[in-house]
Amino acid sequence: MAPVVDTLRLTAEGAKDLLERGEVTATELRAAYLDAIAERDGELHCFLRTTDSGGDGVPIALKDVISTKGVETTAGSRILAGYVPVFDATVAARVKAAGLGLLGKTNTDEFAMGSSTENSAYGPSRNPWDPSRVPGGSGGGSAAAVTAGLAPWALGSDTGGSIKQPSALCGNVGLRPTYGSVSRYGVVAFASSLDQVGPVAKTVRDVALLYSIIAGRDPLDSTTAELPEAVRLPEGDSLAGIRVGVPTELNEAEGIEPGVKAAVARTIELAEELGAEVGECSLPRSVRYGMPCYYLIAPAEASSNLARYDGVRYGRRADGASYQEMVDQTRDEGLGPEPKRRIMLGTYALSSGYYDAYYGQAQKVRTLIIEEHREALEQFDVLVSPTSPTVAFEIGERAADPLAMYASDLLTIPSCLAGLPGLSIPCGLSEGLPVGLQLIGPQFGENLLFRVGHALEQALEYETVPERWR
Amino acid sequence: MAISREEVLRVAKLAQLALTEDEIEQLTDELGKILDAVSVVAELELADVPPTSHPLDLVNVWDEDVPRASLPLEDVLANAPQAENGLFRVPTWRQ
Repeated sequence: MAPVVDTLRLTAEGAKDLLERGEVTATELRAAYLDAIAERDGELHCFLRTTDSGGDGVPIALKDVISTKGVETTAGSRILAGYVPVFDATVAARVKAAGLGLLGKTNTDEFAMGSSTENSAYGPSRNPWDPSRVPGGSGGGSAAAVTAGLAPWALGSDTGGSIKQPSALCGNVGLRPTYGSVSRYGVVAFASSLDQVGPVAKTVRDVALLYSIIAGRDPLDSTTAELPEAVRLPEGDSLAGIRVGVPTELNEAEGIEPGVKAAVARTIELAEELGAEVGECSLPRSVRYGMPCYYLIAPAEASSNLARYDGVRYGRRADGASYQEMVDQTRDEGLGPEPKRRIMLGTYALSSGYYDAYYGQAQKVRTLIIEEHREALEQFDVLVSPTSPTVAFEIGERAADPLAMYASDLLTIPSCLAGLPGLSIPCGLSEGLPVGLQLIGPQFGENLLFRVGHALEQALEYETVPERWR
Repeated sequence: MAISREEVLRVAKLAQLALTEDEIEQLTDELGKILDAVSVVAELELADVPPTSHPLDLVNVWDEDVPRASLPLEDVLANAPQAENGLFRVPTWRQ
């Protein structure tokens, strides 16, 4: 008889132990997750498609922006329906080489543009804690799958918060790594000066383990660098000697719910009890100008990156009497409202007569944001804030108002613009829903984030299983 | 900041999007609101601030110039909506 694997509670590290001790085979382990998917994904819609692709290690789910050879990859868009990559993204190749079998491809807002997965052309995913609510986005499928025990770990991609925010809303751990630490080769591009791939899992140690598999220089992505130090799996529960900065603007921003603020404040007190030195600091321009800066730079880059969807080389093609008519029609029919909005906004911001005032100005604002983070991180080892101003919101609540949706990423955007790593860990509940704590570190400071995140995680003893399934 | 219908049509042409009448109306309204929100970047006096295009201080990462195999032609054309004689086929340039 096959051993019973409780996928809701099993960590990736725990699964690895079971495999190493021979208590379960890789085939049985994958079967347990595929069973969980069959049982719960009808409600949650985390997966756009499932596979059973072998591998002798702990299986994984990949966000559908990551190219997988021979497995359809749509980026949540109709324009890529039926697109089957002929090569693996570097991160897909690395997890495969490490023996991690592919469970399936997870749902995402179209081209990773959104904060709820409601922009997926294939319908939204749902939050495992409350299926009437969003799991966050754009990587809501990966985050919800991990919380619901449909995958022990997963990869997401993050441009302005698409890993951290869904992890916060689903109550698990997500890392947006330092810009340049993980290859984007074969990852569907959104905004190339911001896009990063990163892990989602139940524990900080799982996230660190997966990060160690995917990180490091890739000759196929010239923006990548060698990690200055090897990834260390965190141990211990002391924060002695760690200086924790609390940026006022990120913690007092308008729109942060009282329950979120309270959970984060309690965790900051806990950090102090664990030996950290806690102090206030300031990122004066990051909140007021971060979101406007991001919503100029990211759409501008997206308008360029998405120009490739023209119906010529791959993807959907619409009818048209001439080449131009075919291209224009293909893009209108194949792209959804959010990509179109951002392409239009970005094209406008880059167009003659507006470039300096919008895109050029935003690039300069970005310099200021980088500088003020650098100054704060000279005084402190890590910075903390809520990951998301709110807990998971209702499906439909923000869908009709682009600016309300954009505000979901108010607190994650600034450090993304600065190229800094950010870790979201669950730190409590508000109104019965998970609250995420965001830890920001210096460039290539992932080990530090893992150490702090792990110590807090041990002290918090947070339960990742949604209350309705306990 | 309002954006005119003509401006939306100009941008749609640059972006190669054949928008429907409903989309033109909606985007005129939404882009105006979004531009209002992002225009706060204009408040800052930044004449002396250099722009950032890459957040890491990475310079000149060199690779060995070693030839390697490209994808086979069959793979390159595998996802093409239409291909012929080893080429992508598209509609005629002019109507």
